[in-house]
Amino acid sequence: MKNKLFTALPDEKDMRDAYCDALIAAGEKNARILAIDCDLSASMGTGRFRARFPERSFNLGIMEANACSMAAGLSVTGFVPFVHSFAVFTSRRMADQIFLSCAYAGLNVKLIGGDAGVSAATNGGTHMAFEDFGVLRSIVGVRLFEPADNVAMRALIPKIADECSVDYIRMPRRSVVKIYDEGESFVPGEAKLLREGEDVTLIASGVLVSEALLAADLLAAEGIEARVLDCFTIQPLDIARVVESAEKTGCVVTAENHNVIGGLGSAVAEALGEHMPVPMERIGVRNSFGEVGSQAYLMDHFGLRAKDICSAAHRVIKRKQAMQ
Amino acid sequence: MNEFDMLTRFSADIRIQTIRALQHAGFGHIGGSMSIADVLAVLYGTEMRIRPTEPDWPERDYMVLGKGHCGPALYAALALKGYFPLDWLETVNRPGTRLPSHCDRLKTPGIDMTTGSLGQGLSAAAGIALGLRLEGLDSRVFCIIGDGELEEGQVWETATAAEHLKLNRLIAFVDENKRQLDGDVQAVCGGDLDEKFRSFGWHVSRVCGWDISAIQREIREASEQREAPSVIVLDTVKGIGCSFAERERMNHYMVVTKELADEAVDEIERRLAAGTYPVGEDA
Repeated sequence: MKNKLFTALPDEKDMRDAYCDALIAAGEKNARILAIDCDLSASMGTGRFRARFPERSFNLGIMEANACSMAAGLSVTGFVPFVHSFAVFTSRRMADQIFLSCAYAGLNVKLIGGDAGVSAATNGGTHMAFEDFGVLRSIVGVRLFEPADNVAMRALIPKIADECSVDYIRMPRRSVVKIYDEGESFVPGEAKLLREGEDVTLIASGVLVSEALLAADLLAAEGIEARVLDCFTIQPLDIARVVESAEKTGCVVTAENHNVIGGLGSAVAEALGEHMPVPMERIGVRNSFGEVGSQAYLMDHFGLRAKDICSAAHRVIKRKQAMQ
Repeated sequence: MNEFDMLTRFSADIRIQTIRALQHAGFGHIGGSMSIADVLAVLYGTEMRIRPTEPDWPERDYMVLGKGHCGPALYAALALKGYFPLDWLETVNRPGTRLPSHCDRLKTPGIDMTTGSLGQGLSAAAGIALGLRLEGLDSRVFCIIGDGELEEGQVWETATAAEHLKLNRLIAFVDENKRQLDGDVQAVCGGDLDEKFRSFGWHVSRVCGWDISAIQREIREASEQREAPSVIVLDTVKGIGCSFAERERMNHYMVVTKELADEAVDEIERRLAAGTYPVGEDA
């Protein structure tokens, strides 16, 4: 793998539209796929699925708990419901229904959380999910995904649609930076190696993947080579690749659009603590609720930028060197 | 034996098998299991379209026990119908059992939905009803919920959604036994539940919870509904038909010794012989 300089270019298409494209494509192949909305279909971008498959689309209103358990009931009869709401509601509001009606019952329900983290922007702290992965990560059998771009999203949907599983996918609704070339393949549970490097490992997901790649270029300019993983599956974590990377580079920085408690940083810390303790730092939101602001402002405010990842990389490299 | 006598005997056997199962476990949710024995007898005795040797038969009627803690009564009905051997009932709540305290669709043949967190069962039942309609099937989905369970907001979300979606094949029963874990439902958080459901657009009827013929009649009436989902309120008493539970006011969850179980089973047989089953002479 030869490392190329990363150019951050936003996709022309909003991520919710890439999602809906993928859902429609999956729906064309599998007539049992249903869309369940909770009065947020305009925000979640599922209107085109409803236009294409009106008889397989149900807006169940502002009743998330009912929607989640009804989706489980639909799954009992063999349907594959995709349930849509904002990440705050799909996690916090549906937590017990996801646990019992879906996961414990062994059913097949796909849950989509929109406006993930800082992408909730001016909807503010009430609507800014920094804890959705934390709420759901300890529920047995719930897989957690955060695709980094539209290519990843389009690749992921048909994969999960074909498996009997309870899956939660969080996404921003608007355009995100392109990471992958069309046609890139993804296996749920397997992190993507985006950049080779021997000095430090940067592990990111979602909108922080592009920041990690930018950070890697900044570090390279200083002569530090960073290995970069897109850990788009938070649960189950790709422990093998995380441990292998830590062993190779001797230090790790995680980066997530989420509280550092409960999400990617926690998952990586747990894996490293058990298998390969190395110096690590977590870039993410610390002890703060969300607040109103543009996504750019919030990323600066919460320290989710490439420069923040670089600073953390310098610190873990220093700690690694001190141990040698 | 005519149909009425057959169903009466079936309900007595459900009670007896439930009491014995809880005796083997040593304790359990006796009160709310007793108050649904008669509706279970009617459903599994004559009304439900089922194949006990083919529990997953796609064209069956479904059962969701929203008040999942009363699983043992449903297990007794299923065992008596031949879904699994009767001796499984002796394993209720033992380590490794296929008959856990609360209903689990992955463990027990004939259990259509996992329940136990109150309020979720009616939603799941509505989802099943919607799925069956999408399949073009006219199967019914029966769901038994508790009167205490109606305190859960999710029940009323489903009451709204099921009416809106015209889920006429959804038939719910409220086991109105008037008591919840901590005491009287009216003291904790009551209200006129018939009026509540009626205002949500449901077809509502009310029957004596142990009147087998009335339950049968109301199920058939509910099955004729063209648009509205139905709720049949079972006006009943917690612990009904089980002498030691009838004596205790707080009978949600009780210790069940062999002596108590023997006494209760003898009393059931005595009431049957005297023609006073299930309530006895005090009724």
